[in-house]
Amino acid sequence: MTVPAIAFYCFAAGVLAGGLFTVISRHPVHSVLWLILAFLSSAGLFVLLGAEFVAMLLVIVYVGAVAVLFLFVVMMLDVDFAQLRAEMAKYLPLSLMIAIVLLMQLALAFGSWSFAPEAEDLRANIAPPLEETHNTAALGLLIYDDYILLFQLSGLILLVAMIGAIVLTLRHKEGIKRQDVLSQMYRDPAEALEIKDVKPGQGL
Amino acid sequence: MDELLREYLPIVVFLGVAIGLGLVLLAAAAVAAVQNPDPEKVSAYECGFNAFDDARMKFDVRFYLVAILFIIFDLEVAFLFPWAVAFKDIGDVGFWSMMVFLAVLTVGFAYEWKKGALEWE
Repeated sequence: MTVPAIAFYCFAAGVLAGGLFTVISRHPVHSVLWLILAFLSSAGLFVLLGAEFVAMLLVIVYVGAVAVLFLFVVMMLDVDFAQLRAEMAKYLPLSLMIAIVLLMQLALAFGSWSFAPEAEDLRANIAPPLEETHNTAALGLLIYDDYILLFQLSGLILLVAMIGAIVLTLRHKEGIKRQDVLSQMYRDPAEALEIKDVKPGQGL
Repeated sequence: MDELLREYLPIVVFLGVAIGLGLVLLAAAAVAAVQNPDPEKVSAYECGFNAFDDARMKFDVRFYLVAILFIIFDLEVAFLFPWAVAFKDIGDVGFWSMMVFLAVLTVGFAYEWKKGALEWE
């Protein structure tokens, strides 16, 4: 077996183990850590495919930001996990039914899956030859030119997410001292201090 | 393709060494160390006291706001990378599509600056 093949099986086993333990771990913090293992292993799989940029993006965005946010939520949020687990038995039949329906839908979709005859050619033609171009550069040549609509839509989605997060969470409390850089810099010591001559036994 | 994977070989070696070293240290601690368990060793120290409450608590939603805004700008920078790498061959359409993308996100940035979402109180 060659080194890439061994690496593939190691990373694939990492993804599967990470996904499995994410679901069956008793402790939610452990679940998130297993999820991070699954993300890192799939980044390794992307490297083996030659998609370096996507792999690094997975590490930076998913492991660096999303998983840390998950961890933050799970560790800090005021949720009683013991109570949630006790309620699980009540909802188990319903969730099993939903799972079976989803499984049947997936089976239907993959059972009737077939490639259009021209799909392979379309897919092969659009990318610049990967032997000559670096894959990040190839991605750059495609995203901003051929897929300009999707690119601009993703920009709009980010804008909506930004504004939505602010509208939903930002509440300004009144009567709280905030940082005001200019007024803090232009503060004059001569006006801020005042010397008072206090006579004994009188006070101010 | 193979050259690309060969460049990653040192990282795989590092990964192997790190995992191996971790396993060796765990195994050494289990095998070689003196083990003499006692419930007093894991209890609170003599001048401390047991925890009153859970560490979980309600906390300010503004922490999430900062984290979510960070993720959004993280993605914006991620889009800039392939653009910068392919900059020489990208043409006018590619250049101006990125400018429009940045302008859209700058609108959002101006909005959050004006609303004071970046300030801490």
